[in-house]
Amino acid sequence: MLELRDVHIAYGRTEVVHGIDVVVPPDGVAVILGHNGAGKTTLLRAAVGLLPPRPGRVLLDGEDVTGLRPHQRVRRGLAYVPQGQQSFPQLTAAENLQLVADGRRDGRARTGEALDLFPALKELLGRRAGLLSGGQRQQLAIARALITGPRLLILDEPTEGIQPSVVTEIQEAILALTRRGGLSVLLVEQHVGFALSAASTYYVVESGRVTGTGDGGAASTAAVRAAMAI
Amino acid sequence: MDAVLGQLYAGISLGSVLLLVALGLTLTFGQMGVINMAHGEFLMAGAYTAFVVQQVIGGAGLALLIALPLAFLVGGLLGVLLETTLISRLYSRPLDTLLVTWGVSLVLQQLARDVFGAPAVEVRAPEWLRGNVEVLGVPFTTGRLFIVVLAVVAVAVLSAVLRFSSLGRRVRAVVQSRGLAETSGIDSRRTDRLTFFIGSGLAGIAGVALTLIASTQPYMGQTYIVDAFLVVVAGGIGQIRGAVLAAFGLGVLQAFFAYSQSVSTAKVLLLLCVIAFLQLRPQGLFSVRTRSLV
Repeated sequence: MLELRDVHIAYGRTEVVHGIDVVVPPDGVAVILGHNGAGKTTLLRAAVGLLPPRPGRVLLDGEDVTGLRPHQRVRRGLAYVPQGQQSFPQLTAAENLQLVADGRRDGRARTGEALDLFPALKELLGRRAGLLSGGQRQQLAIARALITGPRLLILDEPTEGIQPSVVTEIQEAILALTRRGGLSVLLVEQHVGFALSAASTYYVVESGRVTGTGDGGAASTAAVRAAMAI
Repeated sequence: MDAVLGQLYAGISLGSVLLLVALGLTLTFGQMGVINMAHGEFLMAGAYTAFVVQQVIGGAGLALLIALPLAFLVGGLLGVLLETTLISRLYSRPLDTLLVTWGVSLVLQQLARDVFGAPAVEVRAPEWLRGNVEVLGVPFTTGRLFIVVLAVVAVAVLSAVLRFSSLGRRVRAVVQSRGLAETSGIDSRRTDRLTFFIGSGLAGIAGVALTLIASTQPYMGQTYIVDAFLVVVAGGIGQIRGAVLAAFGLGVLQAFFAYSQSVSTAKVLLLLCVIAFLQLRPQGLFSVRTRSLV
């Protein structure tokens, strides 16, 4: 589904990702694990088109999309939930969702499905997103991404900095999504146990390089944590 | 009492002119953060559009009605041309943008001078906009009343577009987070061009309105551009309701200062008031409340 091939990324002259290969199989879940500053978010930003790989290639369904802008990749079935519960703070929750539903024939139906996944949002639709809690904003961000009708969902630390009760809800929602057919997931996550329970493949990234990879289902949390030197 | 009402009307009239000029800036400066010093020249282009239409059509009334949408188109296309060729390369470089657009404003002034000549040209007001109407026993010129109505309509339409339309949501989304908008499937460059088109088009409409009360000449944009920026800053960056209050507030204040002082002294007093106000409330009349920084 998604292939990152020999991806190098630099901020100015400082290279922070040094030739990473990651493959997300169709209907599969690939998880990227690693410490803060390892280059995980940078890699995802390159995958969605916010950073240019130099050199390196991003392939979506075998098509080279390296030169495409982010919105063009969204049209090809990629959706991105960035780190930090990002929303459009001055738009209401409803407007945040309507924004991506606009112009889609199935926009209304998809909005309904996304709200069914996070029913708590239904009560908050009229509230400005900037006034929601971190957990509510994260649910809104995932719902917004789902309305675009993705075939590949990229999630960057979706449970980071969120109160534990909401973390469980979000994890359950992500697991439910991964069980649906027709959706591949690329997940960056700090909760190793949860990440491995969802993963078909995992990658450990350290200092901008892949230092370990394996089958998510077969890996033990302890072994992966040891590989990450936690 | 009549004197007070007279000055109040003068202030409302000046405020509505400021509002019309500043409304486009609330989009291009307030929402997009672009300091476009050529905004005043888009206004001038709108005024000359009214002049050209009147030369072609003859009838002042019909010409005014045709000139309003046409000036919106002319101002908008000039804005898109400027955004596409220069400003899009200078985002997040405000000083460079200021200098480049100032240069463009000088070029446009000279262009107008070459095409239409340095002296002011006459744009006749239609018959139905000549004369006065009495409001509470004090006369209010029909032309100025028309500008007040035009400003109110422009505010209502722009607010409705931004609040309720798909384009409005896209504009607000791109302004708040360009990267997030792009990764949500929004073409931010196209949205920038549309935003600039609307903002600059509003300057064109303001130009047509100004032909009713001011002379149409190549430097007319310079007269209003600084005051329009003041309105946007004092109202709160990107806040239309703030721009409305600030425009009428500054207009009325200047009219009352000008009653007892010379125009220059009134202007100085007005600037001092704005400086003092911004010291107390740097974010302007209105600002945005959020629970997070994102």
